[in-house]
Amino acid sequence: MRNDNLPVWEVFVQPKTGAHFQHCGSVHATDKEMALQNARELYTRRQEGSCIWVVKAEDIVSSNPNDSESFFDPADDKVYRYPTFFKVSKKVKGL
Amino acid sequence: MEDRKERAFQDKIDAELKIEPKDWMPEKYRRHLIRQISQHAHSEIIGMQPEGNWITRAPSLRAKMVLIAKVQDEAGHGLYLYSATETLGITRNELITQLQTGKAKYSNIFNYPTLTWADVGAIGWLVDGAAIVNQQSLRRTSYGPYSRAMIRICKEESFHHRQGYEIMSKMALGTTEQQEMAQDALDRWWWPSLMMFGPHDSDSAHTSNAMQWKIKRETNDDLRQVFVDRAVKQAELIGLTIPDSELKWNPKNKNYDFGKIDWNEFWEVVNGNGFCNKERINNHVKAHEEGKWVRDAAIAYTEKNKNGARA
Ligand SMILES: [Fe+2]
Ligand SMILES: [Fe+2]
Repeated sequence: MRNDNLPVWEVFVQPKTGAHFQHCGSVHATDKEMALQNARELYTRRQEGSCIWVVKAEDIVSSNPNDSESFFDPADDKVYRYPTFFKVSKKVKGL
Repeated sequence: MEDRKERAFQDKIDAELKIEPKDWMPEKYRRHLIRQISQHAHSEIIGMQPEGNWITRAPSLRAKMVLIAKVQDEAGHGLYLYSATETLGITRNELITQLQTGKAKYSNIFNYPTLTWADVGAIGWLVDGAAIVNQQSLRRTSYGPYSRAMIRICKEESFHHRQGYEIMSKMALGTTEQQEMAQDALDRWWWPSLMMFGPHDSDSAHTSNAMQWKIKRETNDDLRQVFVDRAVKQAELIGLTIPDSELKWNPKNKNYDFGKIDWNEFWEVVNGNGFCNKERINNHVKAHEEGKWVRDAAIAYTEKNKNGARA
């Protein structure tokens, strides 16, 4: 009945300097500045963050969890990517 | 095919894995979540009104600042929950329309009026107190975005709970007139607070699926009992009396037995015959319509910039 659905922006907050950014929800806004303001007001009322990213939801590309097997399988048989794959004598230090 | 998917879905839930927005889910699960989470969101938003009613009349600047922050938090809770609901493929406008046309419900408790300042205390102490019991349980709900919203909300609720109890204690330990006000507020808010947990498990239409899908983690009656046991001791400490002559300690179950809830009153209010049903929705519609020019202007401004007209 109304057509004033404002675009959805996903919000990512970095809890403190040096930490990974974490997704924490979404806001509605017409532009970047408004998205950032709304995110600040909504997700960091108690200093939960040192920096915020906002990204238009439609610009995010996601893998499909229903295909996650075939998508992530290629990593399955590459055990040599882990240090435990290599046998090292106990005498060797610092390796 | 659908059967196999449904079994895999249930296995995942049984293994305590969260369901995420893009995961396959039964249509009934999706619909149940949309109903429950949006009802929860609407409650946070409508719940701003009874307390907002007292912001201009708060008895001190301190009380006023605290109440504004509390009400703003409730707006935030509403928005976290709308955000979670929207991950299920419904738009904000559809949700708002459902609320305004009465298709979606909100917690019944907000259809009661706030007559005195003590009511603001009673709401923080009892209504937020009851909400906390429910929300703590829902942190373990099976839908990821709902669970994460609950965790965030619970972190903010204990401030609400304490500010309410502080108001009640100050009044309960104040002048005779203040004591009477505090007791009167407790008398009026006690039973509706118990009703917040919903019908008894034996009469609840939605419990069985919700438990199997782990949307709900504990039953209405179990959660209500937790609330009663906490509140009775808190009331005692500040010398207030719970308005229930059948309330008494049950040494065998190690909890408080309490009297019969008046479910007629509950259904009357649910069906629109509470004190404030109309006022709450009318206010919401009015605020939404009065904000329309702001949304229109924001959209127009973005359009203008898109067309390269920025000076
Ligand atoms: Fe809340
Ligand atoms: Fe609250």
